[in-house]
Amino acid sequence: MGLFDGKTALIFGVANDRSIAWGIARALHAEGCQLAFSYGAPALEKRVRPLAESVDSDFVELCDVSDDSQIQDVFAKAKERYGTIDALVHSIAYADRRDLQGRFVDTSRDGFKMALDISAYSLVALARAAEPLMPDGGAILTMTYYGSVKVAPQYNVMGVAKAALEACVRYLASDLGPKGIRVNAISAGPIKTLAAAAVGGFKKILSYSEQASPLRTLIQTEDVGNTALWLLSDWSRGVTGETVYVDAGWNIMGLTVPIDQFLGEQGEGEEGVKGEGVKGAEGKKRQGGKE
Amino acid sequence: MADIESRVRDIIVTELGVEPSKVTPEASFVEDLGADSLDTVELVMAFEEEFGIEIPDEDAEKMETVGDAIKYLTEKEGA
Repeated sequence: MGLFDGKTALIFGVANDRSIAWGIARALHAEGCQLAFSYGAPALEKRVRPLAESVDSDFVELCDVSDDSQIQDVFAKAKERYGTIDALVHSIAYADRRDLQGRFVDTSRDGFKMALDISAYSLVALARAAEPLMPDGGAILTMTYYGSVKVAPQYNVMGVAKAALEACVRYLASDLGPKGIRVNAISAGPIKTLAAAAVGGFKKILSYSEQASPLRTLIQTEDVGNTALWLLSDWSRGVTGETVYVDAGWNIMGLTVPIDQFLGEQGEGEEGVKGEGVKGAEGKKRQGGKE
Repeated sequence: MADIESRVRDIIVTELGVEPSKVTPEASFVEDLGADSLDTVELVMAFEEEFGIEIPDEDAEKMETVGDAIKYLTEKEGA
């Protein structure tokens, strides 16, 4: 008996088996959910299709979310196939690589438009298309990052896009709430996905996040998947318009100097303790990564 | 632990889904092993994970053949 027996979820944003959307898909599948997938570029099909097959799905459709007619097509196919859907997962973001380095102030008008269109407006467009397929209510979930609230080096235009996305979540939740459709976001800690490979110095960001977050751990896609189960199921039926942090507690910290190192400096001398802190973090990370 | 060369070969076989016999030092990832641009990013991520290092973009761009990758990772491991 699964939490999602008899339910259907449409998932946008699986690129490969490291994708956050894939972590969510696996969690839903384990709870009995029927899954449908949409991918954003032709090169992704050969990656997504085998993954979909592994969770008993053959609904794998191309959809460029910057094109309204393609969005219509995918939802028409989903309607034909399933009639209604219960959950929509939006795990999509894009920015020109040049806009994810250097200074934010140098972001071009076109780069800004594209990042906001694909990373934020697409949620509005997908929610609008999903609404008629959720006549008895449903749940919509998107993915964001703390760079929307505070400045994260190099995240630049994507931070602005995520801020817009989180605002979209609130406005959509207000519009769709009367129909029983809830809209929420998960703000995940850094995870090494294909998309993250475009962010310079990502390994340092991972190491730092791990050392400075209260739980001293890195977030895995299955952690996001488990919280997604909550936000997409009736267990969270009183929750909408929220951004839920799945970040090992990172966002609550004011001083983000690694605490072990900070405390160590008072007693033992800087060098030794600093080295140990880093080593400990590396060890844990390897364990975490080898699942 | 297996030597660096065989670890590199194993990763290439797994990531690109190619026959082990095709993974020769001269083989080009794109020309001979059919890698697209996402494959090359995934390959670099897999190398980083296996060897616990970070490979900067400018280094990754220079890795065109299997031999290039083995040489680069051998030097990194030795350092």
